[in-house]
Amino acid sequence: MSNITKSGGDDAEFAKPLYTPIKRRSFFMYAGATAGATALLLSGCDDDDNNNSMDPGTVSLGSGDVGVLNYAYALEQLEAAFYAQVKATPAADFSAVEKDYFTQVAAHEAIHRDFFKAAINRDAPGKIIQDLTPVFTGVDFTKRASVLATAKTFEDLGVAAYNGAGKYLKTAAYLVVAGKIVSVEARHAAYVRDLIANGSFADDSIIDAATGLDKAMEPVDVISAAQPFIQQKIDASSVGK
Amino acid sequence: MNILRIIEQLSEVDADVLGRFDSRRTVFKTLGNTAKMGALAAAPAFVASLFQKAYGQTTSTSVIDVLNYALTLELLEEDFYKKMVAAGQVPAGAPQGAINLILKHESAHVKLLTDTVTALKGTPKTGVKFKSSAFPADYATQLAYAQALEDTGVRAYKGQAGNLIGAMAGTTSLLQVALQIHSVEARHAAHIRTMRMQAPWIPAADSNLPAPLGPVYTGATREDNVMQAGVDVTKLGAGYSANDAAAAFDEILTMAEVTDSSRAGGLIQ
Repeated sequence: MSNITKSGGDDAEFAKPLYTPIKRRSFFMYAGATAGATALLLSGCDDDDNNNSMDPGTVSLGSGDVGVLNYAYALEQLEAAFYAQVKATPAADFSAVEKDYFTQVAAHEAIHRDFFKAAINRDAPGKIIQDLTPVFTGVDFTKRASVLATAKTFEDLGVAAYNGAGKYLKTAAYLVVAGKIVSVEARHAAYVRDLIANGSFADDSIIDAATGLDKAMEPVDVISAAQPFIQQKIDASSVGK
Repeated sequence: MNILRIIEQLSEVDADVLGRFDSRRTVFKTLGNTAKMGALAAAPAFVASLFQKAYGQTTSTSVIDVLNYALTLELLEEDFYKKMVAAGQVPAGAPQGAINLILKHESAHVKLLTDTVTALKGTPKTGVKFKSSAFPADYATQLAYAQALEDTGVRAYKGQAGNLIGAMAGTTSLLQVALQIHSVEARHAAHIRTMRMQAPWIPAADSNLPAPLGPVYTGATREDNVMQAGVDVTKLGAGYSANDAAAAFDEILTMAEVTDSSRAGGLIQ
């Protein structure tokens, strides 16, 4: 990845490897000193972190921060593939402005995908998920209405996904980057919704009327909604854990 | 309850986990005492307080300060849209529908944040008004100010997310609530921008606009920025235009930048 420049300053935190072995030794030093006392606490523990065997074809997003990053990467792969198709074979009934805007949206999503790929490969080598194969058989790319309906689903889902996963990130720098992306997804969502029905950018079907809050969804629920559009089986059960 | 394993697992994703605790010695001394007293039942509560300390407030900016800062902006927005409705220049139909919907959300955010600050035993900010002398006479300029306020809101919430990591009120993640408001502000911003015949996202050129808009898109990290986490976005894949690279990410504004007189700070009565 010669095109990635190493960072300093504000981005130093981001550049830190996710799995740093430091401090383990000193930690066990203290642990040893209080072994007698802590044995009491340990007695109630169970060993339940063995990975369950999964279908060989299942893609696990992983755990911890890298699990959240892989989760975002999976969704961005899906969105990028969708808009690449929209751009390549634009619906006949798209206006010139709409075609131009969807070309820009396609670029944004491809950038998000490529950014996560670069960041995960840099910060957590060997932990990135494979390239996913999109399934768009239910989408009629020749029809504006079909494209917009699918785009609305993806964008609202993307916003809810980032809103629900932010709390699982432990590294502040990753949270900031996720925040920089989610608001752009929300802009896409508003744009697509307004194309379907002007004024629906944030209507009561998506924003809670009493609290004024957008949706937030847990990773397993988001993946369950996105699964029909992805050939590989995705396992999000350990994301953020 | 296996504190050692929890800490070990945390250390895998957060190398600084032990540094977050007041002092390792104190932590394990307390753990030892707890065990000696046989107060095992108290252990979960102790561990909870330990983690609250470590992750609850990791910065000097307290959670209530962040919430009151968000509340200040929501009050400012709410009052601006009230003034806009009262001025009576919003065209009937779709424009009125949009402004009324946005006002409804800002009022809901004000209530939610006020209630949250109160529940956390803080004193909620009140009485923030949009400066009457700055309120524009014509509808087109009112919309430009609305865009400035919404895009500022998006940048302001983003700037505080890190200060809410781990912050909980009851069983609610305050970070998640902030994110759920943040994306609504982004939807508002996108719609207001299209009402002004602008792209729903922020092109690089916006960083060079005259006030009131231009300053909203500048700051330590301008909206035409193409570097993300040390990655030059224009050089990813087969390469992207500087404008697409800038528009694909919204940037943050710090609290000091938002409250600066050239931005939202200058619009408060």
